[in-house]
Formats: sequence, structure tokens, C-alpha cells
Amino acid sequence: MAMKFGVVQFPGSNCDFDTFHVLSEVMKRPTVMLWHKDHDLQGVDCVVLPGGFSYGDYLRSGAIARFSPLMQEVKAFARRGGRVLGICNGFQILLELGLLPGAMLRNKDLKFLCQHVYVRIENDRTDFTRAGTKGQVLRIPIAHFDGNYYAPPRVLRELERREQVVFRYCDAGGEVTEAANVNGSLNAIAGIRNEAGNVLGLMPHPERASERILGSEDGRTVFESLILGLERARPARRPAATRRKARHD
Amino acid sequence: MRVRILVSFKDSVLDPQGQTVKNALHTMGYAAVTDVRQGKVFELDLEGTTRKEAEALVPEIARRVLANPIIEKFAWEILKGQ
Repeated sequence: MAMKFGVVQFPGSNCDFDTFHVLSEVMKRPTVMLWHKDHDLQGVDCVVLPGGFSYGDYLRSGAIARFSPLMQEVKAFARRGGRVLGICNGFQILLELGLLPGAMLRNKDLKFLCQHVYVRIENDRTDFTRAGTKGQVLRIPIAHFDGNYYAPPRVLRELERREQVVFRYCDAGGEVTEAANVNGSLNAIAGIRNEAGNVLGLMPHPERASERILGSEDGRTVFESLILGLERARPARRPAATRRKARHD
Repeated sequence: MRVRILVSFKDSVLDPQGQTVKNALHTMGYAAVTDVRQGKVFELDLEGTTRKEAEALVPEIARRVLANPIIEKFAWEILKGQ
């Protein structure tokens, strides 16, 4: 059975429909919109937090969105092992929410960066990259002001040791260079997963690179990986999902 | 009671905006300026809150919402009221 995606909409989200389009029309999976004020995840298998400027990025990017009612459900869903993908502003929200470690600083050159970049898959044994291979270079656009990833030294060491760094900025040949690390992120980090492996945040926009007409289909790797993992694992997961539902009723 | 909360980057975190302001000041000839840290100021009006309560409440609000403790620190003071 096909897995079901949910795309969360906050006031100020602006990649919600792009993401919905790719998941429903390109990946051809049942997809629903989830409103930030609701409490119901509608039985989705994967929650996607799309890019944009939730709550106008007031205070800090993602800082207000984390308090919305639906995000409390998303937090509980993630703690139960549910797949959560945060793209750009969605990544920032996951950091503020504490589902992923670290924080975002302003880009090193204090510029809003809107351009195609190359990222290298650092770990292909994740729910978000299993359709790709380690070392593979993806061409995906970024569009952000606060994408300069920061974590205290101890946290950074743990991230590396546990292979939680999933994507790193690199050049076209897959080389991690200072020039390729356009926003100044520590260790050129473009995307990380949590320790359990079910939550991923990344600054590049895979939904903007999932159709040939847009110049790149490399972003599909992320969505294909999720589908591959969840549709294979589905029969085993069914009883747990039924129990959860019964408890809520 | 009115309190003022000052949020700024921790010393261990690079503040590119502060650096840019510092460079501008140097360009203008203010050679005495050796460092600039940029931050945010919040003023909160609290009702029916004693000083003792504020001492618990304000740091809690600052930690949970106003500052991101991973990258930012805060200081606060009472501007008026008990």
C-alpha cells in the first residue's frame, strides 16, 4: 500500500504547494495538507515541514512555529519513530523544536542566498538517502538567509561520530571546499538526522529539483528513499499504528 | 512592572553582523572600537508580579522563547515597578 505524506502549512510557508505537488503528482503518493492549528496528523506516515518564512521569521527563523498546536503532535510523532523531513525553514523549525541539535546563524556573507548548490551524500544508510549512494553529488537549489549551521564543539563531534551528517556542501566534483560551503556552516553541514534516524533537516530544497523541466531531478532521491523504506516496512508497522489509533479513540 | 531583556550571541559564537558594524566603524576612523556584538532588546510589562516572581519568570521566558540558549545569552533588569 502506498505511504501517505503530510505537508504542514504555517502562516508564511511558501514551499507548501511545491512540496505537495512533487509528493502527489511526481512521486504519486497520497498527500494531505496539515494546518498548523490542527491537532490531527491524519494518519500520515511522513510529516514534511516545507520551506518559507513561518510567522515572518519573527524573533528567529522557526522560533514561533515550534509552539503551534500541530507541532506538539509532530514532536510526539517523531518520538514514536515517525518520519519527519524538514526542508529549509522546516529544518530551522526542527532545530528550534529540539528534534535536531544545533542552531542556524545568518549566512557568513550576510546575504540571502538563492542558487543551485552541490551537496554530497555522506551517509546512504538513512531513511532519507537509501535510494542514493555515499559520495553521490546532488545538484539542488538553496534559498535562505539563516543557513549557517552551528553546534557547540561537543555536539558537532557527536554528530560526526554517529554519522548524523547526511549532506555536506561540496563542489561539482564532490570536493568539500570553503568556496563551496556558501553559507559558512560548520563542517559544511547541509543536512543532519537525529540520533534515532527518523528525523532529517536539510537547507537545500529537494522539491525544487524533482522534475527534469526544472533543471535537476536530484532532489527525488530524498523522497524516493522515504517511499522505499516506508512501503517496504509497512506490513510490520501496521499493528503498532492500529494500537495507537485505538488509544486515541 | 517593566523589565528589559537583552539577548546577544555567546562569546563563542561568531557574530557576522557585529563584525560588519565593527568594520564600518573602522572605516569611519573609530580605531578605538575593538569589537562589536549585536543583540536584541525586549521590554516586557508584567502585571501582578512581585520582584521575587519576576526573578523566576523572566529568565524562564528568556530561556524558553526570547533567546536560543545554543547560540545566545541574555541579561535582564527591572526598568520600573517593584
